[in-house]
Amino acid sequence: MTHHVLPMPITEAQVRALRAGDTVTLEETLYGIRDATQIHMFDHGRRTKFDLRGHAVIHTAPNLRKVERSGTNHSGYEAVCVGTTTSDRMERFTRPLMEREGVRIIIGKGGLRDGSLEAFREIGGAYLAVVGGAAALETTWIEAVEDVDLDDLNPESLYKFRIKGFGPLLVAMDSHGGSLYATVNAEAARRRQAVLEKLGAA
Amino acid sequence: MTLMTKPGVEPLRIEPEAIEEAAKLLYIRACKILPNDIKAGFARLDGSETDATAKTILATMIENIGVAERLDNLLCQDTGIPIFNVLIGRNVQVDGWALKDAIAKGTARATREHPLRSSVVHPITRKNEHTSCGERVPVINIDFTDAERELRLEMIPKGSGSENGSFLQMLIPADGVAAVKRFVIDRVIQAGGKVCPPTIVGVGVGGTSDLCMHLAKVAATRPLGSRCTDAEGAKLEEALSEAVNTLGIGPQGLGGDSTAFAVHVETAATHITMNPVAVNIQCHSARRASATFTPAGIAIGF
Repeated sequence: MTHHVLPMPITEAQVRALRAGDTVTLEETLYGIRDATQIHMFDHGRRTKFDLRGHAVIHTAPNLRKVERSGTNHSGYEAVCVGTTTSDRMERFTRPLMEREGVRIIIGKGGLRDGSLEAFREIGGAYLAVVGGAAALETTWIEAVEDVDLDDLNPESLYKFRIKGFGPLLVAMDSHGGSLYATVNAEAARRRQAVLEKLGAA
Repeated sequence: MTLMTKPGVEPLRIEPEAIEEAAKLLYIRACKILPNDIKAGFARLDGSETDATAKTILATMIENIGVAERLDNLLCQDTGIPIFNVLIGRNVQVDGWALKDAIAKGTARATREHPLRSSVVHPITRKNEHTSCGERVPVINIDFTDAERELRLEMIPKGSGSENGSFLQMLIPADGVAAVKRFVIDRVIQAGGKVCPPTIVGVGVGGTSDLCMHLAKVAATRPLGSRCTDAEGAKLEEALSEAVNTLGIGPQGLGGDSTAFAVHVETAATHITMNPVAVNIQCHSARRASATFTPAGIAIGF
């Protein structure tokens, strides 16, 4: 179990160095993405102005407060509360995010499926688990909402966050076929019969 | 009109403005402060958890509860679908139409004035009005109690990760209670980490299809430590509570003992040909807030 500190963006070699069970802290830049963002990007053919190559995206839709745009704040927003959402709904967007946009890391909760694991293996990527429902804490890792794109989708716009010490996050799916979710799910399936027998419901 | 009140007893009259203010306050408060029974539930799970990763995750969740209170911030980014339960006691006078309108106004004000993320959209166009309101939302459940001159307003911001862990099956009598148990275990396995465990697994048994689903929601959102008032339902929830925590799903579905704080069961009589079961899950951010209106004033709690 290794702890990695990764200033974003990163290379393929850096993401392939991550192993399931390792921990990661991200620095500098993180993008926020959501259901509607990806439906519009990949089903409706919309493109983003951001260069996401080598970057990490978090499955999120933040609570924001409108503020004046300034020299370093191009978004016109400040963070009220930024957390994560259930990743499984966005499973089918993992591959296009990586192939078309060059994303290397996806952050969320609850995990992704075999299709994503295969994309991580083929292209070089990883899924990092952040604790869902711990958004007050995670907001303290966000320094600013630097910029925003596709903002007609608010709150499901594409956000660019400046981060500081974003983690520790758990490497839950890696580029070598490792998935903590697959391990846990297989174990639950294995225990099911004994659980039902004890309940008199086998 | 004297039939509406007990002779000589002045009814409790509640103005819509008071309801609106309470609805606004409760939505924001619910998003920020977890009920004491849930905090105690975290302490209990943390004490019994044997998996190292699970212990770390529980510690992060417990730390988050403190950070939210200290920084006066939201526990979770998901402001949920707003649900209000209105429990109207005896000798209470309230304009029902105005009450519903006041709840929606308070919800919209909380959303704009705090501000909170509006998580509510039109189901087909997906348009967000940025008010946390829309057709038939906030969800308002109205019921009556025997409490004298008391109206209780309960607010639940129901997160979507756990709400998507909702399941109904119209089992038949020949399937028996064994199939009810299997259904609950299999849906908990299916939900895995997607519903943000440790959870409260709400189970509805009996009734009609819609009542069964509603019972599951009532079960998922009642305080930890409370028990099903039906003796058979209470036995079922005890057995299932123990069972789900031996599956190894753990906090966030990353392994461990702490899959659920509890399984709660609610029951209703059903048809001779029916055996419906429903599951509705509440995430670890099991948020609630309440306002109780009495002649003495308004008491805010959980």
